[in-house]
Amino acid sequence: MTKRAKRKAFVTKVCLLFLAVVTAILFLTPIVLTITNSFMSASEISSNYGVIFQNATNDGKTYISETVNLKFIPDMVTFSQYITTLFKSPDYLLKFWNSIILVVPIVVFQLVVAVFAAYGFTKTKGKLSAIVFFAYIILMMMPYQVTLVPNYLVLNWMNLLDTNWAIWLPGIFSPFSVYLITKYMKRIPVSLLEAAKIDGANEWQVFAKICVPICKGIITSCAILVFIDYWNMVEQPLLFFSDTDKYPLSIFLSKINAGEVGLAFAVATVYMVPSLLIFLYGEEQLVEGIAYQGGVKG
Amino acid sequence: MSGLFLAPSLIGVLLFFVLPFLVVIFYSFVDNSISKQFVGFANYVKVFQNNAFRTAVGNTLLFSAIAVPLAVVLGLALATLLDAGIPMRSQLRSAFLTPLMVPIASVVLIFQVLFDYNGVVNEILVKFGGAQIDWLKSSSGLFVIILLFLWKNLGYNMILFLSAMGNIPKDVVEGAKLDGAGAFKIFWYIKLRYLSPMIVFTTILSIINSFKVFREVYLLTGEYPVGTLYMLQHYMNNTFASADYQKLSTAAIYMSIVMIIIIGAMILFENHYGKDLEEE
Repeated sequence: MTKRAKRKAFVTKVCLLFLAVVTAILFLTPIVLTITNSFMSASEISSNYGVIFQNATNDGKTYISETVNLKFIPDMVTFSQYITTLFKSPDYLLKFWNSIILVVPIVVFQLVVAVFAAYGFTKTKGKLSAIVFFAYIILMMMPYQVTLVPNYLVLNWMNLLDTNWAIWLPGIFSPFSVYLITKYMKRIPVSLLEAAKIDGANEWQVFAKICVPICKGIITSCAILVFIDYWNMVEQPLLFFSDTDKYPLSIFLSKINAGEVGLAFAVATVYMVPSLLIFLYGEEQLVEGIAYQGGVKG
Repeated sequence: MSGLFLAPSLIGVLLFFVLPFLVVIFYSFVDNSISKQFVGFANYVKVFQNNAFRTAVGNTLLFSAIAVPLAVVLGLALATLLDAGIPMRSQLRSAFLTPLMVPIASVVLIFQVLFDYNGVVNEILVKFGGAQIDWLKSSSGLFVIILLFLWKNLGYNMILFLSAMGNIPKDVVEGAKLDGAGAFKIFWYIKLRYLSPMIVFTTILSIINSFKVFREVYLLTGEYPVGTLYMLQHYMNNTFASADYQKLSTAAIYMSIVMIIIIGAMILFENHYGKDLEEE
């Protein structure tokens, strides 16, 4: 390369890097703002955002600024909102607990059911198995507008509406993980499984001692994807629970009344923590899981 | 024996999805759930002529028509950016991917601060001589929802494209470089060619995701959004509330027919294109 071409390439790269960094900062801004705002005191929040959440300051004592004042760094860092969230208003803690109770069983049992089913699909050859698997793919892609109606009919018939089972059961049998794990398991060389059988392993041992360990990575990927999907859930509880006390935090957060805006930032931050922790430790698995979805055929 | 492994999943899927879906089909052809008189396509005509349903379909389609191309093009742009050999690639990738992990409910507050009538965005607009817009309570709300949708979904599409870029044969690109092709030509004539199956896949995935738009609207603007933000899921929720099973079933069937057409198109394309690339 000539000197000029080298220089041009260098300038292009610097520009691209600049563009990428600016975009990345924009992407992170809403998250960072939510976190930093959660360390503001109630009075700082209302003086900053009083104009927006006007009915917030019903006691009239707090000063309301005429303009909104978006700040990245609090004037004074305080944990008061967290202390209130965690120790003084059990409501939020309860809703957080609701979220965990609703999501964790779905993640665990959807994966258990899926690992078994994936092995079943891997071992059964023939047209029927292919057709059933295809039906799973179609079901997986159906939006809530379609699937919630049949779900509702069964749950109503079984008298399970307004119980946690209404969220758990459709979630556990949702075909997403079956699809992804089957796709992966089918790539395990048949000779490996045959060899184990010749060595005297029975079907269960082949499944538990060979197939499952090989699929560990994709199972983790599925767990992460299923978790973020359900941690963010809104539609199902809205339709299946008439008792708002059962709502997960994902819905309750939007219902926090304007008087508690400061608290809402802290609650929002607490709600992000589990998914951000998972991201911190499982980013590679998450990326692999998404990449593995590329291309619907097995 | 291997059927035993399939059993739990099959029973669950049959019980919670397939069998009740047959009931849904049945409900869409009868007058009501008690007398069960066959009425042919009367429910389909009724739902099709229903104003709320039409508004919901129209709004959802409008949203998809704007959001999907943006989600694909910008997703591809982010992937290309990361693939351009710039430093800090993995940190940047993490930054673009983080929104995917964050529940919408957690950032709704900040979006309200930004887009409220007295919010930050309007303040900036006014400073530059613009007029205040009531973002969340007018048709401009669509813009905010699209922004939130892109913020959340771009990282996902970016990963899909990055994985496809990893599969482009290096020697083809190197060969073109030796022949004197510039970065743009390489992108346009070589990379896009290899990426086209993934572009179609991502487009369809984004269409499906765009149909799901509701969460964002619900969390940002509450139960009763302005007209332009009234989406299909809002229609379904309202119909649930009035317990009109016939309407509900018919709307679900309409939706599933559209989905089956889209999924069918994707599979046809994959079969066709997958072979095309393998033959080369």
